This record gives sequence, C-alpha cells and structure tokens, in this order.
Amino acid sequence: MNPAMALAGIMLGSLVIYSLLAGADYGAGFWDLMCSGPRLEKQRELIAQAIQPVWETNHVWLILVVVLMFAGFAPAFGAISIALGVPVFLILLGIVLRGSSYVFRTYFAGSIRTQLYWGKVFSISSSMTPLFLGIVIGAISSDTVLVNNDISENGFLRTWFHPFPLIVGALSLSLFAYLSACYLTVETDDTALQDDFRSRALFSGFVSLLAAFATYVIAGNSAQEIRDGLSGTPYVLLVESCAAIAAFVAFQALWSRQYLRARIAAAAQVGLIIIGWGAAQYPYLVRPRLTIFNSAAPSSVLVEIQIACVFGGAVLFPSLFLLYRVFKAHRKSVLADTTLV
Amino acid sequence: MDNLLAARSQMGMSLAFHIVFAVIGVSLPLMMTIAEWRWRSTGDPAYLLLAKRWAKGTAILFAVGAISGTVLSFELGLLWPRFMQFAGAVIGMPFSLEGFAFFTEAIFLGIYLYGWNRVPGWFHLFSGIVVSLSGLLSAIFVTLVNGWMNTPTGFDIVDGKFQNIRPFTAMLNPAGIPQAVHMVLAAYTAAGFAAAGIHSWLLLRRGRNRFDEVAIGIALSVGGVAVLLQGVSGDALARMVAQKQPMKLASLEGQFKTEVGAPLRIGGLPFPDEQVTKYAIEIPHGLSLLAFHTPNALIKGLDQESSKDWPNVRIVHICFQIMVGCGSLLSLFALVAAWLFWRRGPLSKQRLFLKAVVLVGPLGFVALEAGWMVTELGRQPWIIYHLMRTRDAVTSMPNITITFLIMTFVYFILGIIVIWLLSKHVIALPDRKQLDGQGVLV
Repeated sequence: MNPAMALAGIMLGSLVIYSLLAGADYGAGFWDLMCSGPRLEKQRELIAQAIQPVWETNHVWLILVVVLMFAGFAPAFGAISIALGVPVFLILLGIVLRGSSYVFRTYFAGSIRTQLYWGKVFSISSSMTPLFLGIVIGAISSDTVLVNNDISENGFLRTWFHPFPLIVGALSLSLFAYLSACYLTVETDDTALQDDFRSRALFSGFVSLLAAFATYVIAGNSAQEIRDGLSGTPYVLLVESCAAIAAFVAFQALWSRQYLRARIAAAAQVGLIIIGWGAAQYPYLVRPRLTIFNSAAPSSVLVEIQIACVFGGAVLFPSLFLLYRVFKAHRKSVLADTTLV
Repeated sequence: MDNLLAARSQMGMSLAFHIVFAVIGVSLPLMMTIAEWRWRSTGDPAYLLLAKRWAKGTAILFAVGAISGTVLSFELGLLWPRFMQFAGAVIGMPFSLEGFAFFTEAIFLGIYLYGWNRVPGWFHLFSGIVVSLSGLLSAIFVTLVNGWMNTPTGFDIVDGKFQNIRPFTAMLNPAGIPQAVHMVLAAYTAAGFAAAGIHSWLLLRRGRNRFDEVAIGIALSVGGVAVLLQGVSGDALARMVAQKQPMKLASLEGQFKTEVGAPLRIGGLPFPDEQVTKYAIEIPHGLSLLAFHTPNALIKGLDQESSKDWPNVRIVHICFQIMVGCGSLLSLFALVAAWLFWRRGPLSKQRLFLKAVVLVGPLGFVALEAGWMVTELGRQPWIIYHLMRTRDAVTSMPNITITFLIMTFVYFILGIIVIWLLSKHVIALPDRKQLDGQGVLV
C-alpha cells in the first residue's frame, strides 16, 4: 500500500474515533443546553459524570489528526489554515471555552448561580466546535477552497459561508447529539432518565436523517464531485448501505429500549458515515486541487511517521483499554472522588 | 497593528500563557506522586491530603494546559502557514510523538484523579509515575521542535525546497537536546519554588501545620535539586549557542564587536545605534571562558551581520540578564537552604527562612518566561534560523489583530478564574472536620 494512503487511513481512523468519543462529549454538552423538565438536575449530573474522566483523552484524537496532517500533508494543512482560518479559529474558541468552562463548573461547587453560568458557557461552546468542524469538512469537500501562492482566491468568508458547508455543519452537530443521547441511555439505571435521553436520541436521529438528506440535495448545486463520489463508486455505496442498516438497527433498538444495542449501532452508523465521506472524498484532502498524493511529504518521511504511530499505538491502545475498563465497566459514581477532600 | 506584529503578539501571548500551565503539568504530577509515595510508605495522612490537593490542582491546570496547547498546534497553521508548509514534514516527527505522549498523560491522569477507589494502591502510584514521565516526554518533544528552529538540520535544500528529509536527524538537532534538558529543569525549578513559596506564605499566615510543612519539604527538594542541575545545563546550552548561533550569543551578551578574550557583562544596557553596551560590570575574558572554556577564544560580535538582521538586542540582553540573575539567586538560595538543613534540621520552624522562600517563590517563573523571551526574540528576524524570515512565514489572512484581541481577552479571564479556583481548592487549609482524628494539624 502506498504510504500516503496509509497515513491518510490512519488520519481518517483517528477522525472516526474522535467523532465517536469526543463527538459524543460535545453532543452531551449540547444536551446540557437543552436539559429540561422535572429531572433537569439529574440529567445534567449524568452528563457531567459520563464525560468527566475521559473527555481530555478523547480530545487528543483531534490533536493527532492535526499533527499527522501537518507532518504528512503540509500543503493541505496550510491551505486549510489560510482559507478556512475563520471557522478553524471558531473551532478553537469552542475547544477553549468548552474545556475551561467544564472544569470551572465542576470546581465552582457550592455556588449554584456561578455553576449555572459556567454551564451555559459549557453547553454553547460545546455546540460550536462540532458545528464548525462540520463546516470545515463541508468546505474541503466542495470546490471553494482555492489557495494560490498562499492567497485564498475566494477570500476568507466565501470559502465556507455557503449552503453546503453550513448544512454539513448542522449534520455533524445533529449526529454528535444523537450519538451522545444514545450513549447516555446506557450510562444510567434510572428508567425515567433513560426515557428522557431515549426520546432525545430518537428526535436528534430524525433531525440528522433530514440533515443528511438536505446535504445530498444541496451537494447537487455546489459540491457535485463529492455527490458523484457518494453515489458513483460501488464500495462507497456498500459503506453507505451498511450505515443505513446500522441506522435502522439503532432506531429499532431505541424504540424497543434495547439501549446497549442502540449504542453500538449508533456508533457504527456515525463511524460508517465518516468512512463513507472519506471514501467519497478520496483521493482529495482539499477539493479541488490538493490530493493525498500531490500534497504528501516524501514517502521516507511518511514511513517513519507511520513507524512512530505503530509504536505510539502500542502504548496507546492498551492504556485506552485500561481507562475505559476502569471507568466505564462499572457505573459507580465518579464524582464521589472529587468531593472527597 | 500590522499583521506581522499582530501574529507575533498572538503567538507570543499564547506561548507565554501556555508555558505556565505546561510547566505545572510537567512538575506538579511529580510532586503529587512523591507525596503519595511518602504516604504509602509512612502512613502519614498529611501526605495523602497533600497528594489529593496537588492532584486537584493538576486536574484544573492540566485541562487549561491541554486546551491552550491545542490552540498552539492550530495557531502554527493559522498564523504561520508558510512555515508549516515548508517545515511541516521535517518537524512532524516530534509533534507526532508528542501527541502520543500527551495521550498517555491524559489517560493515566484520568485514572489517577478519578481512580482512588477503583484501582489497587500500587497501580494508582504507578499511574502517577506514568503521568510524570509522559509529561516530561511531551515537554522534551515540543522543545526539540523549537531547537530545530534554532539549528535546522536533517534535510537538504534543493530548488528552494526541503529534500532528502531525515526526520530523526531533524528531531535530534544540535540545539534540541540541551534546550530540552534546560526546559525540563526549568519546569521543575519554577513549579517547585512557586509551590514552596505559596505554602510558606500559608504557613506564616495560619500557623504551624503538618500539611504545609510536608508540602514545603517536597516542593523545595524538587525545585532545589533542579536549579542546581540547571547551572550545568545552562553552561552546555550556552556553549552550543556560541558555536551554532554566534549572533544570538552576541545579542544575549550585548557583544557588538568581534573580540578575542571577550568580557562577561553583568547587567548593562546595549545601545544598538552606538554599537556599545554601557553600564555593565565587565569580567575580563569571562565570556570567552564561559562560551569556549578558553580565556582567549574568539567571540563573534553583532558586527558580523548587517544591523537589519539583528534581533532587538536591548530586550534580548535584558531578558537574558533577568533569567541568569534569577537562576543564580535561586541556586544560591538552594545551597544555603541545604546547608541550613544539614546544620539545624527542619527549616519550617524558622519564620525568617519561610519569609525568604515566599520572596524567591516567583523567581523560577520569572526566569522561565524571560528565558523563552531570550530564545524566541534572540532568533528574530528568523523563524527558521538563517533559512526563513518570520515576516515571510506569516499568514495572508487579514485582521489578525481581532483574533489576537479575542484570544488575549479569553486568556486573561481564564487566568483570573484559574487563580481564584486554585486558591479555593488547592491551597485552602483543610478544616478541622476533614482532619479530625488524623493528626494532620499539629
């Protein structure tokens, strides 16, 4: 296999894992904003408890995608940084505000009003990052990011502020929210809480289906190539049908309150959607000019980076397994420890 | 503000902010692990309490460090896209490795913070050790990148592009290793003395208690050992700079003229227009001796290069003096403290000593920030030394001033809140209720 393809594969894999783990954390923040009804406090507590020990680790997957991109595909990283500077900056702002407000909210224990205030910042910024991440993905899939001699031909707004990236942003936000609601049903034993998140999962799942449909329609206007990629090649169609089956299984499982099955199916659905996007985008990193071949570093560099990834992975995966085993195997209250002293 | 200045200001502000949290993320885990190890081997509950408190501090500070680090990795592209396009492939290796080290740190920190009741004791301690080590590795990898910007190696330039890239050679560039050692020791020094200073201040205010006393013991040991080793590391680094970046050495020292047997200047103010450094105490042959270990070595002065390629000599020289001054003072303090401890035993009973610790407490961080100013401003006008100018690397995106102002505002607010939180959670003396029957309060 060509080393550029292999590294792009590792990046796509990291993006999938990031979406499945950190995406759900962001989605949980979005639900924090939407918490309502008689169990409002309990809902918020569940959200905080579910993401506390893992969110920082989950976040690192994005850093991995970024560093692999500038190590392996520096021209593409440069083009995104220049032409999509605005949404990338807003992703960053979301990351900063989400992370810090989450920590602040946890440690401002005692003052309900300040906690509520940080809760607001937390949930609004949690929605910002997935939205703009989707916008960046949408922008590099349409043909508007054109960078010539380090000058963006379409300026700094028209590169991303048009219907296709915006609808992809909405799609990614709804998918993350859906994923998160599915996960949260498994995080509690309280059936009333489970029902709360079940109905949210069903609702956001439905919204994400609408957004997916809208994405496909709008692609006809402004991102014809990615639409051809999505519908033309047989293996992409295969991935898409698998995603559709997973979506169906997830909905059926949610409907019949089989939460564990719903969680797995929803994760498979979202993962397959991203893989499908990656396959349709192939071989482009940034349409219409930069492919993984014409922007790749020399293959000796790519190979050495992959060797580093193999060694890194050999440490990473056992550690990750341990982390989730310690915290997700038994649903004992994690918060108890932080209030000890 | 023009775009280049705005971009430099934003990068500098982001780095100056991040470095504080990064440093604490490297050294506080070591201190908390030592505290836990002391608790497990002595059973003294003051150590357990301390380990938990420091762990809480690590939790808050690590989160801020993680997000401000993410900001930096994006800003490399947002502000300096041309730099990344040229150099990305060459310096990608340490960044990738840093990614994995960071992963390990985040994972085991999660286990350490929230796993007190979930994993066996030995494994909890082991997690602390892993956090400390991976934090150390992260710091080393990132500093190796900065080293490469000072002494770029591991490639050939063919037709204006980097060719024949050798990532590991680039990573292990001549400046990298001495800089990384210097950085890591600086991290332990800064956090060690700062923690000792804070706990001394508290001990003076709230009277004798075991909690603050054991804290000062651990913090001062870490900071003191590190600052004494720092002298050796500083010497190695200076000799490397003398060989590989003679112009940087010249601006650190305010050395305008090329000279045999150059003097070492303590203090003083460089006047770039007149090409002279005034008001300094000069030690004859000192610089030649320090830089090349022979009294009559030739020191290249700034006159070797046209003055438009000079860094801001005045600021670089002053920052360098501040760094060396603080470092020397702390080393002296560490030696005196060690001697006093050897002669008179525990020092925490002596109020005068505690007051002195409070006074020197912030100096480690002052030296650290000044040191980064030296290395970054001293490299200007280059972003990659003698290869690419900073102004050629800046983004074409307009209005960087706006993002600079937004980030500064956000970081300013974050900084205030973090300090407030720390004062509430980490350093507040535990109340009687929590400690009843544990004999923590003397």
